[in-house]
Amino acid sequence: MNKKHLFDYIISIADNSLILAQRLGELCGHGPTLETDIAGTNIALDLIGQTRNYYQYAAQIQGEGKTEDDLAFLRLEREYKNVLLVEQPNEHFGYVMGRQFLFDVYHLLFMNELLKSKDETLAAIAKKGIKEVSYHKRFSGDWVKRLGDGTEESNQKMQEAIDELWAYTDELFDQPEADKTMIAEGVAVDTLKFKETYYEEVSTLLKEANLQVPESKYFIRGGKTGVHSEFMGYILSDMQYMQRTYPNMEW
Amino acid sequence: MSLTQIANIDAHLIPILEQVNDPEIPVLTVLDLGVIREAIEVNGIIKVKLTPTYSGCPAMDVIGDDLKIAFAKLNKKVEVQLVLSPAWSTDWISEAGLQKMEEYGIARPLTESADKDVLLKNAKKVKCTNCGSKNTHLVSQFGSTACKALFKCDDCQEPFDYFKCLK
Ligand SMILES: [Zn+2]
Repeated sequence: MNKKHLFDYIISIADNSLILAQRLGELCGHGPTLETDIAGTNIALDLIGQTRNYYQYAAQIQGEGKTEDDLAFLRLEREYKNVLLVEQPNEHFGYVMGRQFLFDVYHLLFMNELLKSKDETLAAIAKKGIKEVSYHKRFSGDWVKRLGDGTEESNQKMQEAIDELWAYTDELFDQPEADKTMIAEGVAVDTLKFKETYYEEVSTLLKEANLQVPESKYFIRGGKTGVHSEFMGYILSDMQYMQRTYPNMEW
Repeated sequence: MSLTQIANIDAHLIPILEQVNDPEIPVLTVLDLGVIREAIEVNGIIKVKLTPTYSGCPAMDVIGDDLKIAFAKLNKKVEVQLVLSPAWSTDWISEAGLQKMEEYGIARPLTESADKDVLLKNAKKVKCTNCGSKNTHLVSQFGSTACKALFKCDDCQEPFDYFKCLK
């Protein structure tokens, strides 16, 4: 087993959840209603919980005495391997729900496969998180429907959000080297197996929501190889400030 | 099956564990909640295996600290280990715990399929903890904590929490 590749693979999954949770956390206290505010932070909390489990395991694989906090807070931008989708900013509530929905559909399909991983720890994390993720998807999907099928203005805003975010969906299925070797070992999820299902599920809901399924084939990628959008540096400076100013804090 | 049979807990540790409560639902002890999967004394050290209810449940850190305090009073050292597998299930909440929870104002988890009906299909199956009516509706899948959903009773109009089924 290639330890470096296993480590990289775990980190890439963990980073998706961490950065999305950070984005949702920014909304804490700013949700449009009390219920949506609480829901957003609940989802962030689930994601951070999953992230902690992944980082603890990654730190153990790495065997350099690092902790989950080191991995979460003390890496450089290029060392984060999350997809670009999750780092996109909280433009407005519809945008946040669109981003969440496009990720949640992927995340649930992903977790369903990770359950079958030959790696017992990863399978256990998936088992623990899968129901949480199904709640996330129900929540974000409902909002995409409600806004898409709402007023003229909400429909238009939701459509614009989906059109913009669409360009980041293809990257979800990219498989860098670590993914490929770990798929061959039966550890990683072969995301291509459910790519078609993903687009079918997303399209079905968008149609139900009275929204157009984008036809654009222009896709932006890079996060999975550490090349991030202009937003990532700001996220990290926000997120890492405490740890770098007061080293060795625990989260 | 009693809790001691499912989880491996030394009988003499039970009275101490019964003094440690869940910080978020303080009427429940950690034994009621079923998060203690193992508590054994090995060479004078208490070894506890704790399983989280939800991945990010912040109560786990507090419970770990509370266990250390409870055992420190008896001059005993405790080592707390977090275990993920097998994943915690609402089936592990004791009957006594479920009753205390309802009296506290949190509706007990339904069966897995009924739970899906109420959370995903808006079925009216959750019993209001205030008046007992099942004429209730889901306000939000996410309540005050990750493990609960927010409901409202359409008869007495009171809002209340529902403990989501987890299996
Ligand atoms: Zn009532």
